[in-house]
Amino acid sequence: MESNMKENIDYSSYAVVMKDIVKQFPSVLANDKVNFFVKKGAIHALVGENGAGKSTLMNQLYGLYSPNSGEIYINGEKCKIKGPKDAIKYGIGMVHQHFMLIDNQTVYENVVLGLEPKKGVFLNRKKAKKEVKNLSEKYGLQVDIDSKIEDISVGMQQRVEILKILYRGADILIFDEPTAVLTPQETDELFEVMKLLQARGKTIIFITHKLYEVMAITEKVTVMRLGKVTGEIDTKDTNPKQLATMMVGREVLLRVEKDAPKLGKKILSVSNLWVKDNRRLNAVKGVNLEIKAGEILGIAGVAGNGQTEFVEAITGLRKAEDGKIILNGIDITNFSPLQIREQGITHIPEDRIKRGLIEEYPVYYNMILGKHEEKPFSENGFLNSRFITDYSTKLVEKYDVRPRNINMLAGNLSGGNQQKMVVARELDNTPSQPKMAVISQPTRGLDIGAIEYIHKTIISMRDKGIGILLISMELDEIFSLSDRIIVFFEGETIGEVTPDEITREEIGLMMAGSKNVFHSTERGESDETK
Amino acid sequence: MSWIEAIFNILVNPLFYQMALLSATPLIFASIGGTFSEKTGVTNIALEGIMLMGAFISIVFTYLTGNPWIGILMAVVVGVGFTWFHAWASIRWCADQIVSGTALNIIALGLTAFLMKPIFGNEGRTDFIGRVQNVKLEFLKDVPFIGDIFYDLSPFVYLALISVLFSWILFYRTPLGLRMAAVGENPEAADTLGINVFGTRYFGVLTGSIFASLGGAFLSVGELGSFGENMIHGRGFIALAAMILGNWNPVGALLASLLFGAAEAMNLQLQSSSIISVPNTVKPLFNMLPFIITLIVVGGFVGKSRSPAADGAPYEKKA
Ligand SMILES: Nc1ncnc2c1ncn2[C@@H]1O[C@H](COP(=O)(O)OP(=O)(O)O)[C@@H](O)[C@H]1O
Ligand SMILES: [Mg+2]
Repeated sequence: MESNMKENIDYSSYAVVMKDIVKQFPSVLANDKVNFFVKKGAIHALVGENGAGKSTLMNQLYGLYSPNSGEIYINGEKCKIKGPKDAIKYGIGMVHQHFMLIDNQTVYENVVLGLEPKKGVFLNRKKAKKEVKNLSEKYGLQVDIDSKIEDISVGMQQRVEILKILYRGADILIFDEPTAVLTPQETDELFEVMKLLQARGKTIIFITHKLYEVMAITEKVTVMRLGKVTGEIDTKDTNPKQLATMMVGREVLLRVEKDAPKLGKKILSVSNLWVKDNRRLNAVKGVNLEIKAGEILGIAGVAGNGQTEFVEAITGLRKAEDGKIILNGIDITNFSPLQIREQGITHIPEDRIKRGLIEEYPVYYNMILGKHEEKPFSENGFLNSRFITDYSTKLVEKYDVRPRNINMLAGNLSGGNQQKMVVARELDNTPSQPKMAVISQPTRGLDIGAIEYIHKTIISMRDKGIGILLISMELDEIFSLSDRIIVFFEGETIGEVTPDEITREEIGLMMAGSKNVFHSTERGESDETK
Repeated sequence: MSWIEAIFNILVNPLFYQMALLSATPLIFASIGGTFSEKTGVTNIALEGIMLMGAFISIVFTYLTGNPWIGILMAVVVGVGFTWFHAWASIRWCADQIVSGTALNIIALGLTAFLMKPIFGNEGRTDFIGRVQNVKLEFLKDVPFIGDIFYDLSPFVYLALISVLFSWILFYRTPLGLRMAAVGENPEAADTLGINVFGTRYFGVLTGSIFASLGGAFLSVGELGSFGENMIHGRGFIALAAMILGNWNPVGALLASLLFGAAEAMNLQLQSSSIISVPNTVKPLFNMLPFIITLIVVGGFVGKSRSPAADGAPYEKKA
């Protein structure tokens, strides 16, 4: 190694210094001489599109990967991190993008795992519980320590992850896209926790795609693109637009442009729809709505107010207990999902992994799922491989699914590209153009480049005369895409508004159940007695 | 009518319970062995083969040394070595665990059959070589019923019960048990906490093989005192069913093994009942009783038991 001019620079005011980090994967250079500096006690954002190399960089800090070259200093001291054990020793903790929890063990078992309090050779459960309880109180991380992981919400699971690293005494906390899986409310709670942690002297590295989150909580931002750092800046000196440009490498529309809708005839009408949830309680209580060709109807609401069950009833995945769903004059209530598809309703489900694709199948099969029995994809009971290959090659190109490899297993695509694949399949007009699209959480976990792309696609489908029902927890998304907005609260529609006659704050109030913010639609009077 | 009478007669006879216990003993050992392995995430379909090796090696060394305890010790040593191939292939090389387990079963069958002639001079079944003395609990001698069941039993029976207790404590009362479950449930998560995934899996598979070997040794030096070709006769697979039915919990495995043992005992007793006569042509059907119960029970209950989430899934470490 040649001697380094900066060898004697004092890094002691930095919690983390990563210098000239290079990480080469067989097919990609994931980190290309990355320099990353984090001041002690800061909340430092690391942003960049999917695949920019953020997780890879952090996995090296946590010892899961070893860099091909480069140096790491923790609190000014040069160190070699060979595995998570070393990282823990240096006071580094990581909340991974995909949670690392043992589903059938309890909260406290997960927290102490690997560093269990003992009594002789035995596990000291009493002490374990007590320590976890104390820790959760100290940092305001409310958890139910005796519950199993599989029985608690995603937000609580994340708190368990945070407790895990605090239990190990971490001072440098890495959060890898913690908000991607959270509802806006849970995100606010997480931010409170992060501020408290900072007040207790912890250093936090915060990875996200969401620029308003960067603006809300961080002091410094490092931006990565294609494995390189493209900038480091104080948060107060920047704005979302500039950050977006640094991330994507071109100007990005943070809000999609669209013309006024050209409304056609009524496509879908739902009247007095009642649906039960998994616990057999009423989740949708007498909802009425209509959608016209060429418009986007947005449904806003805090998660768990019946939106999911509503969508499932319309797409045939859940039984409608009462009421009617009429598509183009045909009563499709309680049709099977296949029959509903055949009637021209297409569906982009909220959970793409569970319902939108098959991870073990290659892209070309995923591109035809649900249409695979129709001509021209299959003929006389046999799949038409030649056509399927050509077709999916075309779609991968048209919808910008990366990499352009139809043989890749869907499970190996990044989240954004999985979503583009699902969007391609659902919105493409082979074998026939859909009449209506039910689109749930289309951009959950995606980066701004992919969001922009999917938003544009949705608008262009609208302009082709498709009626669109859009469900999203992201208010921004609802605001920028919808022509009309209906707010769900406790299974009922609490009001209908248009995006330009209402503010975010007002809609926030409606989502919390306040009816009088604006005029509300005429609803059937109290129909609670079902 | 005579059937009900026959069954009733069997149920009031302490001999039935003793036979059930003895039939259950190899299943208890092997199902605990399987649980050790699968708890850490390695499927072990090779129980049958490991048991066969255990039965064979213990007889061989009893034959050579005259001491059945040395035979048992060697059965365990060789059993661990033999199973190491499966562990190594599935953990180190991420091989298909069903394939490597099946390979072990086939090798055990072929190897033991092949070695019989050079070692013992005859094929099929050996002469009586020697067996472990039974334990006589004098204080139970004159106790009615209970004494008839427990007075005179192989020490293997007690060893099996101790194994249940031992493994239950290990699994649910020690940090190691917590870690084993973590590795079998989500190895990546365990890895990020600095737990040695590979080491824990080797421990699970190899410790499990100790129990499976003991189960095999019981059948030869614990019971018959001789070895016969393919003498495990599917018990390794019934033990797998007991492990599943017992929901990967040693106490559950014990209860499931007792159920299968009772089925086996009932079968044997019915065939020798003096009240009814089972025609020779139907006897093979009776012999299927434990397997049929296995099928019904596994078919009916598997949905309710929950296997370790990463069971059978190799873990590849990152670069
Ligand atoms: N274990 C791996 N093996 C091969 N390639 C990988 C691996 N992990 C990540 N990559 C690739 O490295 C690049 C950076 O990925 P990642 O660090 O996960 O990005 P980010 O977290 O910024 O979204 C991507 O192209 C990804 O496909
Ligand atoms: Mg990432």
